[in-house]
Amino acid sequence: MLMQQKFGPQAARVEEPIAKTFTGNRGLAIEEGLIFEIGRPENTGVDLNEPSPFKHRLGPFERQEPAGLPGLSEPETMRHYVRLSRLNYSIDAGIYPLGSCTMKHNPRLNEALARLPGFADIHPLQPQSTVQGALELIAELARWLMVLTGMDAVAMPPRAGAHGEACGMMAIKAAIAAKGEGGTRKTVLVPESAHGTNPASAAGAGFEVRSVPARADGTLDPAEVKRRLGPDVAAIMLTNPNTCGLFEKDVVEIAALVHEAGAYFYCDGANFNAIMGKTRPGDLGVDAMHINLHKTFSTPHGGGGPGAGPVVLSTRLAPFAPVPFLRREAGVLRLVEHQSEAPESFGRIAAFHGQMGMFVRAFAYMLSHGADGLRQAAEDAVLNANYVRASLKDLMSEPFGDKPCMHEVLFDEAWLKPFGLTALDFAKAMIDEGFHPMTIYFPLVAHGAMLIEPTETESKASLDLFIAALRDLALAAKRGDTGRFAGAPYHAPRRRLDETRAARNPTLRWTKPGA
Amino acid sequence: MLARVGVNGIDALFADIPEAKRLQQDLDLPPRKTEIEVERLLSGLAAKNMAAGSVPFFVGAGAYKHHVPASVDHLIQRSEFLTSYTPYQPEIAQGTLQTIFEFQTQVAGLTAMDAANASMYDGSTATVEAVAMARRITKRLKAVVSGGLHPHYAEAVRTHSAMSGDEALVLPPDVFAAETFGSLVDDETACVVVQNPDFFGNLRDLSGAAALCHAKGVLLIAVFTEVVSLGLVKPPGAMGADIVAGEGQSIGNRLNFGGPYVGLFATKDKYLRQMPGRLCGQTLDAAGRRGFVLTLSTREQHIRRDKATSNICTNSGLASLAFTIHMTLLGDAGLRRLARINHANAVALADRLAAVNGVEVLNETFFNEFTIKIPGDAARTVERMAERGVLGGVPVSRLLPDAGLDNLILAASTEVNTDADCAAFAEALQGALSC
Amino acid sequence: MTTRYTKSHEYIRVEGGTGVVGITDYAQSQLGDVVFVELPPIGQNLSKGAEAATVESVKAASEVNAPVSGTVVDVNSALTDSPGLVNEDPSGKGWFLKVKLTDAAELDSLMDEDAYRDFLKAVS
Repeated sequence: MLMQQKFGPQAARVEEPIAKTFTGNRGLAIEEGLIFEIGRPENTGVDLNEPSPFKHRLGPFERQEPAGLPGLSEPETMRHYVRLSRLNYSIDAGIYPLGSCTMKHNPRLNEALARLPGFADIHPLQPQSTVQGALELIAELARWLMVLTGMDAVAMPPRAGAHGEACGMMAIKAAIAAKGEGGTRKTVLVPESAHGTNPASAAGAGFEVRSVPARADGTLDPAEVKRRLGPDVAAIMLTNPNTCGLFEKDVVEIAALVHEAGAYFYCDGANFNAIMGKTRPGDLGVDAMHINLHKTFSTPHGGGGPGAGPVVLSTRLAPFAPVPFLRREAGVLRLVEHQSEAPESFGRIAAFHGQMGMFVRAFAYMLSHGADGLRQAAEDAVLNANYVRASLKDLMSEPFGDKPCMHEVLFDEAWLKPFGLTALDFAKAMIDEGFHPMTIYFPLVAHGAMLIEPTETESKASLDLFIAALRDLALAAKRGDTGRFAGAPYHAPRRRLDETRAARNPTLRWTKPGA
Repeated sequence: MLARVGVNGIDALFADIPEAKRLQQDLDLPPRKTEIEVERLLSGLAAKNMAAGSVPFFVGAGAYKHHVPASVDHLIQRSEFLTSYTPYQPEIAQGTLQTIFEFQTQVAGLTAMDAANASMYDGSTATVEAVAMARRITKRLKAVVSGGLHPHYAEAVRTHSAMSGDEALVLPPDVFAAETFGSLVDDETACVVVQNPDFFGNLRDLSGAAALCHAKGVLLIAVFTEVVSLGLVKPPGAMGADIVAGEGQSIGNRLNFGGPYVGLFATKDKYLRQMPGRLCGQTLDAAGRRGFVLTLSTREQHIRRDKATSNICTNSGLASLAFTIHMTLLGDAGLRRLARINHANAVALADRLAAVNGVEVLNETFFNEFTIKIPGDAARTVERMAERGVLGGVPVSRLLPDAGLDNLILAASTEVNTDADCAAFAEALQGALSC
Repeated sequence: MTTRYTKSHEYIRVEGGTGVVGITDYAQSQLGDVVFVELPPIGQNLSKGAEAATVESVKAASEVNAPVSGTVVDVNSALTDSPGLVNEDPSGKGWFLKVKLTDAAELDSLMDEDAYRDFLKAVS
């Protein structure tokens, strides 16, 4: 009876849930139509006055057919997007353990600072004398990146990790051409465990890809690399720590072999979060490495971007960096924007100077942490991943054996197989428990991969709840309680979605019914 | 926690790093700062910059200062949008997916094309991807690039083409939109890339280029850097474009010193499977309710690897969300009005600058940006205007230093400019020219 | 009529000098729901082992290689609108293309039904 008082007046006990509501809504879970079903093209929610009469200068090029876009009033707009937002999982709502994605907390200080008019309302082409503060911030961020990685230069333009990969590979291509080896060195070695962007970036820069298998422990064997090196090889693209969450322990030897063969070492820095302040890629023999500011330095992922992927470069590659870059002349910072001033530069990869909005956030994150805090972030991330590993390894299978991992732990679906379940089933059941699933089916070297990256953001209490829920699910699977998995998720805004239907008859835009 | 893991100290977990390569002490960087200290330091840097809202501002050339309704920034800062990832688990990402579906529909409608993707990094990278896509479709390598294309975009196309060993023929700067492509378009040409309004602000008729291209099996790529123009100017789809690549920053996004922006990308249905980037499609869930998923993924790097249509892994998520929210507030009616204000302000500015001694407006047609010829060096003049507290456009030589166009300034005017701003611009220009 | 199989799970059913090419039941089950098929132009010459078509499911893309050398004389255009036929009836309505064989002797290097069944036991 005391319990009842604690929770207030007892509601009438409903034995049978209401199967269907008139609206399709279920309490706070509100079904929301498309803007095209809500608004009308003749309405607008923006408060603008008609201009005074003017004589147009459009010639014969005035638009005749409207775009057909509805306008929603401000309150309609607020409701629409607030309702939609509530259908999303987010880091702010719970652990987001997507391996290789590094979903850590996004401090709101960084958001506020990026919105200062002195950063957000400056134009990339206004006179450089009027943006010295912005250039100083970029220069200082660049210095931090170089010190953290032990590298000599950094190219700031890349818009994302994959764009950084392309940038790094282009610098390598230019360096090879400068040595007169452009006609012969056309192959890039890429481990099988690599993220798909690596081979795609190498191919985009005009290279052919040769893949290198991993050995039984999930890392790369220097002998396998050596066997594939030769005068035709331009570079190796190696992720370290790798996509299995393991540090490539032979990285120094591999780098030496690559350099002896006259090739370059591109490191995919997607997992730099695990080692910052613990070791420096420059000391490991890296020639180029992109840094995902949206992972390591916590700029928000925003539902899939925007990110930023600056590339640190060794002395050997620095001269080939793309424009623009900064130069300090008599204490004044100046952007070098044209190849005519930097003849060895391989060119330009995009308009303007880079993702300033991300630079401000990342730099604020770095300053808030300092050298000591960044090191601790790496340590905490690695500790958290190993804590998860140690807490689940008796129930789940590890494809490369039982040993410490870096910032993420790789399980596979082998343990689920006997019960007729897959990694996907397990992931969907996690959704019902209120968690975002781990990364599944990546990396491809593990069959039915389940890659968990808790990041340093999670407290022990948060991890313990996560672990307890996963253990309960694992035990249910092993008991043969397959119903909990087969139809999951049961409690999300949507049940499993028919991806086959979506792909067979692609509907990529709304069209007026009957049109 | 260490006990559960079975190690004595944290360093045991880093044992795979070769001992000689492990850092023994903190790097030569300052220790952590408090929130107040960080705020102070960065506010100090921000204060050294001349922000658009603080002075009369007419800078464009591919990025534009527009008014963004306050509700846009409020909505994109909701945790569920800001701190979520690419919607890999669609059951708990319908918010992001539905907004992408709405975005794709808006972009397709604006450009008058069949289908749009979930966005690219920005207009320049979208243009590079469009050229690569045209090469895949036509299995030809040569790209012909208009001299009216934004020089940074042209350089990016040239750089990427050089890397893949493909030809990119960039035509000389075309101030008066007078170029023709006739003999340049041949059986080896994959695409012609034309911008409208072009870099110098001229409006162009793309239909002639389209007819020329299509007669030879060549694709026409239409580029725009000012998306607001689509509220008033004939869209690329109505003039025969096959692929459209554009910059969407003007809607929903601030200048941000050049990034992050949002690249818009649209094409015809028949080329869907050669498109780069993420695509969101409509489907049903197991209970028969409408829902959205990422689709046609077999084009992408995580499946096709070195044979993918692009290496792009994300879109410009939050920037495209800002675009879509702002566009939802505008609708056709609001966009048209916004475009009319932009054009009216630019017409008024052009009249006012043409009245300054020795200054000539070169454009016959334009939307919200045009080129002026001044009796003096443009770069120095713009600097002098800045000293007088006016950001008076972009000297063409900033982007085309070796083109002999040292006396040209691009001037842009949007809905944020007032009559007083225009007067200040004209006065500053007069002053800068006469000193 | 003879049917032969490749290690990459294509079949070819030969009658006269022409062979019908498709993917095996095992291959379709490994791919999952087929959502898209890209077919070669009629008249294209294929050498043995060359890419003849592509087949895509939601999560995978795979090449269909020519089991033998030959010229494409027909393609199953029904797959364009109904790619699911590959799942429903891989050896019947889900065929991909017909080739006029250049050299019937190439069939000898392929597996017959028994050999393919043993091969499947070994790989799965």
